[in-house]
Amino acid sequence: MTAGLRAALRGAAAVTGVGETAYGRGPADRSSLTLQLEAALAAVRDAGLDPHDIDGVIPSTAGTCIAEDLVDNLGITDLRFSATVPMGGASCVAALQTAQAVIAAGICRHVLLVVGRDGRAGNIGTRLRATPQFRTVAEFETPLGAFAPVELYAPMARRHMQTYGTTSADLAHIAVTMRQHALGHPNAVMKKPMTLADHQASRLIADPFRLFDCSLESHGAAAVVVSARSAAADLAKPLVPLLACAEGHPDSPSSITQRPDLLHLGIAKCAQRAFDLAGVTRADIDVAEIYDCFTYIVLCQLEDLGFCAKGEGAAFVRDGGIGLGGRLPVNTHGGLLSQAHMVGMNHIVELVRQLRGEAANQVAGARVGLVTGYGDMGDGSIAILGNA
Amino acid sequence: MMSSLQAMQSLDAQPYWDGLQGEAGQGGRLLVQRCRACGKHRHYPRPLCPACHSFKVDWVPPAGIGQVHSWTVVHQSALPAYADRVPYTLLTVDLPEGVRLMGRLVDPPGELAVGRPVRVAVERGPDGAPQPVFHWA
Repeated sequence: MTAGLRAALRGAAAVTGVGETAYGRGPADRSSLTLQLEAALAAVRDAGLDPHDIDGVIPSTAGTCIAEDLVDNLGITDLRFSATVPMGGASCVAALQTAQAVIAAGICRHVLLVVGRDGRAGNIGTRLRATPQFRTVAEFETPLGAFAPVELYAPMARRHMQTYGTTSADLAHIAVTMRQHALGHPNAVMKKPMTLADHQASRLIADPFRLFDCSLESHGAAAVVVSARSAAADLAKPLVPLLACAEGHPDSPSSITQRPDLLHLGIAKCAQRAFDLAGVTRADIDVAEIYDCFTYIVLCQLEDLGFCAKGEGAAFVRDGGIGLGGRLPVNTHGGLLSQAHMVGMNHIVELVRQLRGEAANQVAGARVGLVTGYGDMGDGSIAILGNA
Repeated sequence: MMSSLQAMQSLDAQPYWDGLQGEAGQGGRLLVQRCRACGKHRHYPRPLCPACHSFKVDWVPPAGIGQVHSWTVVHQSALPAYADRVPYTLLTVDLPEGVRLMGRLVDPPGELAVGRPVRVAVERGPDGAPQPVFHWA
């Protein structure tokens, strides 16, 4: 199956354009729709395309910028495909797979992905409770006192700690590294340096998660254009081919409580498939943008991706291992923890800039990289990009 | 407050909710689904057995003693009913029937550890509605 998929998909599509607004905290002075249109236009123009060239759209499930808005505002006259991908934080990277498949099938030439938020949508628990994926949690767990993601995800981290001896101080390395990367990025929100001691002094939200284990509430928007290789020969920027995309869903994905294995995420099911499809190994990965709604989610994914054995994530993230110049630079833009929470679309934007050689915190000679998504009660997605 | 926490009760889970509420004059009890065709327990309630795909189901009380699988201690809550109850401990508990439960530990937490035995009970939550909670066994 891998050989057939590989022949059909590998190199069929490439990211040709990326765009983002300025990111900020608190309420934006413009609507979520306006922000997303700004990012969409930036991505289209970055590719050297005209907005009328877009023939497929995958807007976010938030509903603040739907396919109709994109037709109305961009003046698209022949939209051939629209869909949304309801996988929470795994959606953006999973949408790369959707775009790749639609392009490989010959349905579309240029597919636009866009997300954004205006910072006025209210409490995260309230927002998630309204999504179908949280229906089970909302009915059975919210009455018991579990509401926000921090409360739902904390038992995964606690189980890892009890099983492997991982500590809060280990998670601090992830938060501090993301902050260091944000300090070097012009469009990152968090500009105050953070030490390991700062992390340990931050207040507990839902044990073992402290404030600095948690990602930001942000406003802004980000967008990506995925194009058919055959339609992208003369575009503005160097092509960044999609070598492989995959998504993985955990067993019993409606609640974390009922997941048989709290120590592996959905991405564990699809990581090897992605490496096989791409025809690369872990050692080929020069830079990794890993979904970081919470510090622990980075650590768990590093294990599930096979960069280290299960239980060895703490050792992997210590001592600069995931920093610039480390064995695997992670979230070179500062991530959701310190750049902004753009549902991981900002991770795709950053990876593309790294592989073009135009990143703020450039990893010298980066040729192959990966980006992941994590969402809802354990959904995972991965894309491997580059010129290998 | 009751309406905000309990507003999402679904038709497919009505026996679960009715069980917690209890009959007039009796306390509520926790019920989980057991497939009438293959005997496999499942939770949270859902229409179809994922093992044998039978819709036929019995709603049965679990034995009641489980083991701590994991936990979190919630230090801030956006839920009005819980906001002034922090910190509280939410346990994830393995039952011998092969399903898990979530619920508050209503005894003093003491030394939390994986594998510690707990007993499930149905008691009134902060909104007044009956819910599964845990005591140390």
